[in-house]
Amino acid sequence: MARRKRNDAIVAEGLEKSFGRVRALDGIDLNVPEGTVVGLLGPNGAGKTTAVRILTTLLQPDAGRAFVLGHDVTAEPDKVRASIGLTGQFTAVDDNLTGAEFLWMVGRLYHMSNAQARSRAEELLTRFDLDEAAGRTVKTYSGGMQRRLDLAASLVNRPKVLFLDEPTTGLDPTSRNALWEVIEQLIREGTTLLLTTQYLHEADRLADRISVVDHGKVIAEGTSDQLKRKIGGEYIDIEVKRKMDVQLALKAMAPITVGDPSLGATSLSLPVSNGSGVVAEAVRRLDKAGVKLVDLNVRRPTLDDVFMTLTGHAAEEDA
Amino acid sequence: MALALTPSDRMRWTIADALTLTRRNLIHMFRVPQLLVFSTIQPVMFVLLFTYVFGGAIRTPGVKYVNFLLPGIFVQIVAFSAMNTGIGIAEDINKGLIDRFRSLPMARSAVLAGRTLADITRNFFVLLLMYGVGSAIGFRIQSGPLEAIAALGLLLLFGYTLSWIGAAIGLSLRDPESVQAAGFVWIFPLIFASGLFVPLITMPGWLQGFAKNQPVGVTAEAVRALVLGTPIGPYAWKAIAWGVGLLAVFVPLSVARYRRT
Repeated sequence: MARRKRNDAIVAEGLEKSFGRVRALDGIDLNVPEGTVVGLLGPNGAGKTTAVRILTTLLQPDAGRAFVLGHDVTAEPDKVRASIGLTGQFTAVDDNLTGAEFLWMVGRLYHMSNAQARSRAEELLTRFDLDEAAGRTVKTYSGGMQRRLDLAASLVNRPKVLFLDEPTTGLDPTSRNALWEVIEQLIREGTTLLLTTQYLHEADRLADRISVVDHGKVIAEGTSDQLKRKIGGEYIDIEVKRKMDVQLALKAMAPITVGDPSLGATSLSLPVSNGSGVVAEAVRRLDKAGVKLVDLNVRRPTLDDVFMTLTGHAAEEDA
Repeated sequence: MALALTPSDRMRWTIADALTLTRRNLIHMFRVPQLLVFSTIQPVMFVLLFTYVFGGAIRTPGVKYVNFLLPGIFVQIVAFSAMNTGIGIAEDINKGLIDRFRSLPMARSAVLAGRTLADITRNFFVLLLMYGVGSAIGFRIQSGPLEAIAALGLLLLFGYTLSWIGAAIGLSLRDPESVQAAGFVWIFPLIFASGLFVPLITMPGWLQGFAKNQPVGVTAEAVRALVLGTPIGPYAWKAIAWGVGLLAVFVPLSVARYRRT
């Protein structure tokens, strides 16, 4: 790992945690300098949520140490709690309160005065475009609205450090985009952010640096560009008509393939070098080899590709 | 945010946090009145069932059966209400709200204190309602207002005690349906192996011994003595001893469980 500084906003050193015989964290190290965004990228069961729960004082580590804004998470949990915001993996809102009541309650539990809690609730409802729904009970909100309220609740205290655990999992594309915009605004305001995600695209869009987590360990760390260079540029997904076409296509594409291909019965996925004309080139080569083509797509690397390259196994195996 | 808390600040916030959550739970209660209605309908059905169906066959010498029955029903109400405490907590766990609360710099006791304080408030209203229903079918307090207030105090203390048992169960089982099912296992025997609905004298000796000493039984006898103005005997201190004793066990137990949730 590059730097190890206790005065970074979030520091984790060799965190370990087991649940029975399952080893959730196997010595995780993390450093999030103040004002930056680090994305923890990994499949289900990689240990991302466990790491967040330890850093936010919800769980005690078996070994290792962690500091948030210089406070030890196990020795000074209240100081940590007072300075962080957490949006957990699952939306945690109160169905039977109105949005305004919910945020008021959270404000009161942060020990704001009644008036402060009320005005902060109003501010956040406006900011998250929920002011029209402020007086309605939360159970009438859509999933996206509930998630926005959830995020609003974690900002009541104007936290310097924010933890978002898979903030957009399960949201439709419109709500996801809306949430990303809100998060980007927070980042511009200088919030230190630790974000977990299963989506490379999400980490790519929001994070300054990405730590790839698998089996409770950080297996790669770097900026999105650094990681992508490791994985290769773009991928071509090819669907063919006959089984024999797979081998034909593989051979035809070999000169422009830059990494390990993954093969299906009548499909293949190939990492190819970046550059314009790659599609035309591919079609020309496949045609010349007599491959019966059904479909051809160029796409950016996904989490699966990252995992294939870094671990040799697909991300889903862990789910 | 003041980080250095003095002990008196801490005490103040512990109370404030508990009241914030009490308020939240009371909002729930009045916003979902079905729960309040159904927790009233069930004991009303018991009153009607026992007064008009079984009551004729039950001899309560010197006391009108409805006057004998109602104190038992009051105890039954607060006993079943303990299940709601557990269900409410299990629901909060399931919805992830407990995690949200635990990530806030609030008192660790507040979630449980707020829940049990709200439930004591609900008990008060349901008892009041049941008193109204009882009055309509002929129930009359035979003693004075002081005894009546003492009976109410005893009922609320006992209900509060059982709420903490319910809380411990909710924190252990973490699933509303299981809490409900478990409730029947521990509350039912205590309710029926007692003098809640029938005089103890008709029961076999060994059962009388149990009924005269178990918490629900002694509370029912004490409340009944207060309401009918009959001698209360050892039941007053037995009921208070059970109440305080169970609180002394289940409050720390539940808070410890909550910390580890």
